[in-house]
Amino acid sequence: MLSSLGSGGGKTAKPSFVSYVTPEEIKSEKEPYKKENQPDLLPGEVVFCSACPVLKYSQDDMSQRGVFGTLLCTNFRVSFVSDEVQVEETCKLFKNKLYGENDIPLACVDNIYGGYEDKKKLITGGLLKNKYPSKIIVHCKDLRVFQFSLTYSKEEDAKKLCFTGVLDHNNVVMKTYLRSSSIDNNAVCFVEMQRKERTMLFDCLEDWTQDMKRTKGNCRLVTENSSFELSQKLPQFFIVPLNVTDEDLVKFQGNGLPMWCWSHHSGCALFKTASLPLMLTAVAHNHLYSVKTEDLSDTLPTIQDIQLSYNKFKQFFLIDNTTEFWMSDMKWFSSLENCGWLDMIRQCLLKAVEVVECLEKENTNVLIMEESGSDLCCVISSLVQLMLDPHYRTLLGFQSLVQKEWVAGGHAFLDRSNQLHLKEKVESQSPVFLLFLECVWQLHQQHGPAFQFSETYLTVLSDSVHVPVFATFLFNNDSHRANVLRAESPSSQRGPLNCPSVWDWSVQFDCRAQDLFTNPLYAQKTKQDRSQRKSHRPKHQRQLSLPSSAFKTPTKKGFFKDEADSLKKILGVKRISRWMLSPSSDFPPMSSIKEFYETWQAKPLDYHGMLLPCLDGPSIRVWMQRYLRWIHDVQILGGGPVAVLSKVSELLAEVQELRSELDRHARTVTSNHRGAIRTRAKTAPENLARSSVRLSSSFPFVTSRNWSFKPAIPTSMLQSLMMSEVAGDLASREDDGSEPETVV
Amino acid sequence: LSFNTWVCPSLSYLWPTVGYSDQWDDLNKRFSPPLTAKDVTYICPYIGALRGTLTVTNYRLFFKCTDREPVFVLDLPLGVVSRVEKIGGASSRGEVSYGLVCKDIRNLRFAHKQMEDSLRKSIFEVLMKFAFPVSNGLPIFAFEYGQVYPENGWKVYDAQAEYKRQGLPNESWRITKVNDHYELCDTYPSTLVVPVNISDEELKRVAAFRAKGRIPVLSWIHPESQATVTRCSQPMVGVNGKRSKDDEKYLQAIMDANAQSHKLFIFDARPSVNAAANKMKGGGYESEDAYQNAELVFLDIHNIHVMRESLRKLKEVVYPNIEESHWLSNLESTHWLEHIKLILAGALRIADKVESGKTSVVVHCSDGWDRTAQLTSLAMLMLDGHYRTIRGFQVLLEKEWLSFGHRFQLRIGHGDKNHTDADRSPVFLQFIDCVWQMTRQFPAAFEFNEYFLVTTLDHLYSCLFGTFLCNSEQQRVKEEVPKKTVSLWAYINSQLEEFTNPLYVNYSNHVLFPVVSMRHLELWVGYYIRWNPRMRPQEPVHQRYKELLAKRAELQKRVEELQREVTNRSASSERAGSPTRSITPVQTFV
Repeated sequence: MLSSLGSGGGKTAKPSFVSYVTPEEIKSEKEPYKKENQPDLLPGEVVFCSACPVLKYSQDDMSQRGVFGTLLCTNFRVSFVSDEVQVEETCKLFKNKLYGENDIPLACVDNIYGGYEDKKKLITGGLLKNKYPSKIIVHCKDLRVFQFSLTYSKEEDAKKLCFTGVLDHNNVVMKTYLRSSSIDNNAVCFVEMQRKERTMLFDCLEDWTQDMKRTKGNCRLVTENSSFELSQKLPQFFIVPLNVTDEDLVKFQGNGLPMWCWSHHSGCALFKTASLPLMLTAVAHNHLYSVKTEDLSDTLPTIQDIQLSYNKFKQFFLIDNTTEFWMSDMKWFSSLENCGWLDMIRQCLLKAVEVVECLEKENTNVLIMEESGSDLCCVISSLVQLMLDPHYRTLLGFQSLVQKEWVAGGHAFLDRSNQLHLKEKVESQSPVFLLFLECVWQLHQQHGPAFQFSETYLTVLSDSVHVPVFATFLFNNDSHRANVLRAESPSSQRGPLNCPSVWDWSVQFDCRAQDLFTNPLYAQKTKQDRSQRKSHRPKHQRQLSLPSSAFKTPTKKGFFKDEADSLKKILGVKRISRWMLSPSSDFPPMSSIKEFYETWQAKPLDYHGMLLPCLDGPSIRVWMQRYLRWIHDVQILGGGPVAVLSKVSELLAEVQELRSELDRHARTVTSNHRGAIRTRAKTAPENLARSSVRLSSSFPFVTSRNWSFKPAIPTSMLQSLMMSEVAGDLASREDDGSEPETVV
Repeated sequence: LSFNTWVCPSLSYLWPTVGYSDQWDDLNKRFSPPLTAKDVTYICPYIGALRGTLTVTNYRLFFKCTDREPVFVLDLPLGVVSRVEKIGGASSRGEVSYGLVCKDIRNLRFAHKQMEDSLRKSIFEVLMKFAFPVSNGLPIFAFEYGQVYPENGWKVYDAQAEYKRQGLPNESWRITKVNDHYELCDTYPSTLVVPVNISDEELKRVAAFRAKGRIPVLSWIHPESQATVTRCSQPMVGVNGKRSKDDEKYLQAIMDANAQSHKLFIFDARPSVNAAANKMKGGGYESEDAYQNAELVFLDIHNIHVMRESLRKLKEVVYPNIEESHWLSNLESTHWLEHIKLILAGALRIADKVESGKTSVVVHCSDGWDRTAQLTSLAMLMLDGHYRTIRGFQVLLEKEWLSFGHRFQLRIGHGDKNHTDADRSPVFLQFIDCVWQMTRQFPAAFEFNEYFLVTTLDHLYSCLFGTFLCNSEQQRVKEEVPKKTVSLWAYINSQLEEFTNPLYVNYSNHVLFPVVSMRHLELWVGYYIRWNPRMRPQEPVHQRYKELLAKRAELQKRVEELQREVTNRSASSERAGSPTRSITPVQTFV
């Protein structure tokens, strides 16, 4: 029950607060809450605790100004509700339906710091409970930073909020939330599911069949694991080389089974596998060509490396105040290099290019492997497919790719994101999926028109990983998902719990906001393109003349283990990791890849053909939209990519309109029928263009309405730095150059 | 596909017009018409050794290798050559090689067989002669160049017209003719704008107190607030703290001309240490005691020597190859982008004071022709959309750089073989780099494109046009540069489409405040790393935009045609709203 008490011992004058109540009580007594400062709760969402008044510092200056309001913690989010009358956000085009700009989904909380006088301390569960900070700083996984002052609210509340609410509940909360997050599935419309063109989820036989057919793959579809009889680790359905027998399936339990990813039009295919390549021969036999194997762990960073590097990298963007920001600006490039994040992106792209070269140029099968088979294997296999197959550069194609390689492919989303903030899972936490999105973004910014989706889409997708609503990112693999959803189902009559898929974007955004997910510059494939492409590729299908069955030898027991070595020799199994040789080696290890890239670059660009990234130093960039969007001092007001976007949208709208004008005229001329009154409805993009002067580079994530039109002047200049490093005598010389000394 | 011609098609386009002058003595005549040598090896850092034919004329070096597919062509105006050096003696294989160090961030290396000694020697001599005509007492090629363009580029800038556009003269500012014959200041233009209540006599006394006589004069006036940007050189304060009543009165007059503010900001572009050191040589800065209501701000921008050194380091880092693993820290160690940041930050503070603070500003460095030109022109680019058009930008360059005496001849060293000259410095390059950074941040706010900026820089060195010759307006008049040479703007304006940004949206009265954080600054790959074929985009994205614009233009045309047809057919019918008017108010640049 809600109870309002008088001022009770707190040093502040503000008396009102909301006491902690159990979720059950809230559920039964929903009405009174509505009157309080509260966000619109989602179905199944309950408030655990709250504190009031809390001061939320405004981000964009160093002053201690801010807004008063209530800070709440629910089983879904931490939410700040302002006391001030919310000015109706006029053009809030890009509103997320699940959480607002002052909400932090619990899974999105990265770290919470306590501000004790001048010091900033990471709050962990074990911190002394009687010493609560006057200020808490919340760093979010989507790079937002919130600062709340608790000095005005009642001590008990604040404490409860800090420790009970935000921290301790995190793990409990998730489970509770999962249970309640049926989110009334009736309300969630799966419109997309009904459509003919849809995102393939790869949770059924048909999707796999279709994808194999589309790529003309010739492999065996395994249905024996549909209820996880073979292995809990394996997906429900998967594809293996043709001559993998039932025996092998049982015998290998998923370890070492080459899993089909994608077939090249030449007939060779890409496979991935967990653990050691015991089944090498199966792949080799499948296509007569030799197979190249690549142990990704030899050359790519480990998941711990990735986590470590990203932890350093993200600190550059989790900015508490302006001074700190401008200080870090001085050593920006070297800090960036030192954290190694961009280099990891480069390494992944390079590895993918190498695999692409094998498939495209040498037409050999490639088998990539690592211990888990579902981390870097997913990164590389999906990048290879993006580079080679234009289908995956469409919006639906891309989503299908993520489903195929990541979701069905068993990437441990739950462990890697550690949404439950479990201590024992800290080791396995790693932003592998984000690393993949980073690589996609690099491709996107180098070859924009080849992609149907936009940069904004990628940024939103990277955020959505931390919104614990979507079945897509909540589980470690197929069986985990099946088990949890079955077990957590609130009532048996409703059937298994059905979490929405992240691809059902209407859960988060309305249609107009979803418009921003598509790239207006996307080079749509024309019929002409298609005919051209056909003539391009004369060399393929030759393996069809030699049916693989002709080469198939009946497998005997012990075949794989005993004969593997000799077969490796016969089949010319080669390692392809030649580019990571020691840098001192005389022979340039990169030469082959370089040549491959240069040959491709010399050809005219085909957005529907193979895409290769340029990997030279200046080409790998920081994903500005994702990382800089919340930092006030780097917002380019009236500029940024949105200026291009709006102009292009405007042009497209005009072209569209001219076309329909022509159609109308055509009709008018033929029928000589006049008088149709033209009403020109202003389209959304046009309005966008008009207002783009007021939009900033962080569009559409931040609206600049509250910001002054004042430039950010760097607070610290770097003359001291310069003076020490630059040859001192030069700096002090006259501009005339009258001194006799000559410096070349 | 030869990338050298890709980068600068304009130069190959001019090829047939190159001739030679019969004014030259017999020795010169021997080598022009073009001298050609066969079996020359060009050692390309990206492709490797290429064997072909080398031709040297009085304007260019032309190398062609037909052995490979596609044909490789190297086409280089000799003006970009900074140094020609022989590399070693004859090698064991009997080859002699020599290298060209270029001003546009590349080096070229050629090799010859020893046998053709006389020819090789003559090629070397011809190169030395025509690459450095000034050192050899020859005219710069721009004076020989005979191409006729439809537009006279020298008419682009008319000082009176530009001041008129700004609403000048007005009740507070007048145009003075005191410098008509460059008597007040020989590095200033003849037309100057000064406060109304300062007489020409007083101007002369102020000139005595400012270095090189470069008195504070108006560069730009805000159309609404009347806040002004004025520029000058340092005051001759010296160690004893000399004062000038006239100078103090003058700055007061500048402040009084702006009724909106009772303050004046003096931006000294230098680091304060350097400004103070200048007192030893008679210079210095305004003390706030002497100049009441004035606030002095140092912008910490370093001098030409530091900048030259920074560019030298940058060239090492980017040419010919980039070291992958340490790219970012190597880039940082050149400090190039830090300098860019400081210059932009300085201009931003100036623009902010004028726009947001409605306060007039005075900008100077030591002489007021390097850093001052960078700052005032960038601030004006931020404040006034007119300068973001192609012609407006040409006016800006003509005004703030050329007429106010940026010493192009000295800073670039046109035709001068003394490559170690301490007067050389990439001051103008830095400015263009800053402009490029702004176009990156505001991709729709500039009418010109990247190619325009690259072309401007290419012809800064090419010596094909007269635009960047000499050190001051006075010298240009004396040498009759406008009469005897072609202006770069004649060439540019005769094919504007090439240089137009298809995304340009003309926002009127829109002030641009760029973000001057390292996060948003990047190295201009399209200029500094353009020789590296790997860094070249296959299809520039603006190609897509152009296609889009062409499509729109085509459709517009068809709609209009149909429209006419309809009107012709139904001349008697009632008149509906004119559809052509409803189509679009946006300009087409196709």
